[in-house]
Amino acid sequence: MLAVFKRELRSYFTGVVGYVFMVVFLVVAAAVFCFTTLFSMSADVTTYFTVMLLFSAIILPLLTMKSFSEERKLKTEQLILTAPVSLTGMVIGKFLAAYVMFASALVFTSLYFLLLIPYAITFRVAVLFGNIIALLLVGAAFISIGLFVSSLTENQLSAAIGTIAIILGFLVVGLLSSLIPSNYVARYILDSVSIFSRFSAFTAGYFDFSAIIFYISLSALFVYLTVRIYDRRRYN
Amino acid sequence: MIKAENLVKRYGSNYALNDVSFEIGEGEIVGLLGPNGAGKSTAMNILTGYLSATSGSVSINGVDILEHPIDAKKNIGFLPEQPPVYPEMTVIEYLNFVYELKGCDLDREAHINEILSVAKLVDVKKRLIKNLSKGYRQRVGIAQALVGDPKIIIFDEPTVGLDPKQILEVRNLIRTLGRRHTVILSTHILAEVQAVCERVIIINKGNIIADAKTSELTKTIEGGYRYEIKICAQPKDVIPVISALGSVKKIESTGAKDADAFIYIVESTPGVDMRKQLFSACSSNQWPIIGLSAVGTDLETIFINLVDRSEEVTGGKKNKTRRAH
Repeated sequence: MLAVFKRELRSYFTGVVGYVFMVVFLVVAAAVFCFTTLFSMSADVTTYFTVMLLFSAIILPLLTMKSFSEERKLKTEQLILTAPVSLTGMVIGKFLAAYVMFASALVFTSLYFLLLIPYAITFRVAVLFGNIIALLLVGAAFISIGLFVSSLTENQLSAAIGTIAIILGFLVVGLLSSLIPSNYVARYILDSVSIFSRFSAFTAGYFDFSAIIFYISLSALFVYLTVRIYDRRRYN
Repeated sequence: MIKAENLVKRYGSNYALNDVSFEIGEGEIVGLLGPNGAGKSTAMNILTGYLSATSGSVSINGVDILEHPIDAKKNIGFLPEQPPVYPEMTVIEYLNFVYELKGCDLDREAHINEILSVAKLVDVKKRLIKNLSKGYRQRVGIAQALVGDPKIIIFDEPTVGLDPKQILEVRNLIRTLGRRHTVILSTHILAEVQAVCERVIIINKGNIIADAKTSELTKTIEGGYRYEIKICAQPKDVIPVISALGSVKKIESTGAKDADAFIYIVESTPGVDMRKQLFSACSSNQWPIIGLSAVGTDLETIFINLVDRSEEVTGGKKNKTRRAH
C-alpha cells in the first residue's frame, strides 16, 4: 500500500497534473476568497465554502481520472495485481495519494482566513473549522467516486467526465428535492442522498454528524466498489 | 512447485483454456508453446493470479493462489506480454518501487545493483524508461520480475520485438536463471524452446496437446523421418530401387528439379535413420546425389503436425494436406 501511495503521489509531480491541480486550486481559492470576503466586506464563510464545494466537484476528477485508467492502458496494473499486495491496499494507496493532494491544497488555502481574524468583529472560528472538516470529507467522497469511475475505463477523459457526471447527479438530486413539498417521503430520501443538501447545514453553522457519517460511508462505499470491480474483473 | 489442475477459462461460449492440468517441479525450465491465441497468456495470467480461472485450481508451493494470494504471489516474478513499466520513472526508481511493492526484505542496494548487472541495465539506470528502446524496456521488465529473488519466474514471450543479438542475450539470461529458479516461458518460436527449455508443453486452442522433455518430443510424433533427396536419375529408375530398401515406407518424386537432379521425398519407418542406406543405394547405381537433408525432425514440423492432428480430433480442418518444406 505504501509503495503504491508513494509512487502515485510522486507521479502527480513527474507529470503536469499535480502542478496544474495545485496552481488552479490555489488561484481559484484565492479569487473566491477575495470576492466572497474581502471585496464584499464580510467575514461569512458560507459563500466561500459553497463555491469551493462546487469547484472541488470539477477539479477533483482531474486527480483521479488517471489513477486506474492509465495503469490499465499501460498494463502496469499487471505488475501490481500480480505482486503480493491486496486489492484493498492498492485502492487505498491510490485514494490516499489523491487525498493528500486535495487535503494539503484545502488546508493551505484555508489559511487565507487568518487574514480576516484581526478585522472581523464576529468571526466564528468553529464554523470555519466545521466547514473545513465537512469539505475534507466531501472531497474524500468525490475522490472515491473518481477512483471508481477510473477503474471502469481505460480512457482518462471518459473517467473525468463520468466522475463529474456522477457528482453532478448528487447535486441535481438536491435541487430536485427542493421542488417537492416538504412533507413527502421522496423529498426526505432525495435530501438524505444529496451531498449538497447535507453540506448546507455546515455552511449555515451547524455541525451535522449524520452528514459526516454519510460522507464517510459514501467514500467507503466507492472504495469498496472499486475493489469489487478489480476482484470481479479477474473472472471476465 | 506449481500445480495447475483442470484449469478452464471461458469467455462467453469460447474456451480460452479447456481442462488444462500440469505440474512443474523445482528448477525446471519449461516452455509453453503454441500458436498465437492458443491460450498461453491466459494460462500464465492464471498462474500468476492476474486472472482467475472459470474452474480449476492453481497452487504455488502448495499454497492456493485464490485462497492465499499474497503468500502465493511472493514466490512469483512475472514478466507479462507487455513489460509493465511506468514511462515517467527512471530505471532505478522503478526497480526501487517494485522492491517496495513486493515488500522485499533483502539488502536493497546490493540486490538492485545485482539485478541491474544481471539484466545489463547499469548504463541506463538513471534514464527515464520512456526514453529507452524496446529492447531495454523488455530488459527492465525482466529485471522487475527478478526483484525479490522469487523462486518461480514466469516470462510471457520474453523475446518478442528484440533484435537477434538481444534475443540471444535474453536466452542466455534465462538459461542462467534456470540454475537457481524454476522458469516458465511462453513463446510461439520453436527454436526458443529448443534452445532454452528442458521441457515443453504445447497448447493449442486451450488444450494441452503434448507435454514432454524437449529431447524426447521428436519421438512422440508418429511416422518416421522424412528426407529430401536430390538424385540425378529418372524417377522411373529410382523409385523401384529405393522402395525395395528395407526401411523405406514411401518414396515419391516431387516433380521439381534442381539442375539435372530430380527431387524426391523419402519417408522411413519410425526411428530409423536411413541416410547411409540411401547413399549406398544411389552410389551402387552410380546416381550422383547432389543434396540430402532430413525434413520433419525439427520441432517446427512436429509442432505443425501436432496442431493439425489436434484440430482433426476436435473436428477442425479435415483432409488437410501438408507439403514438406
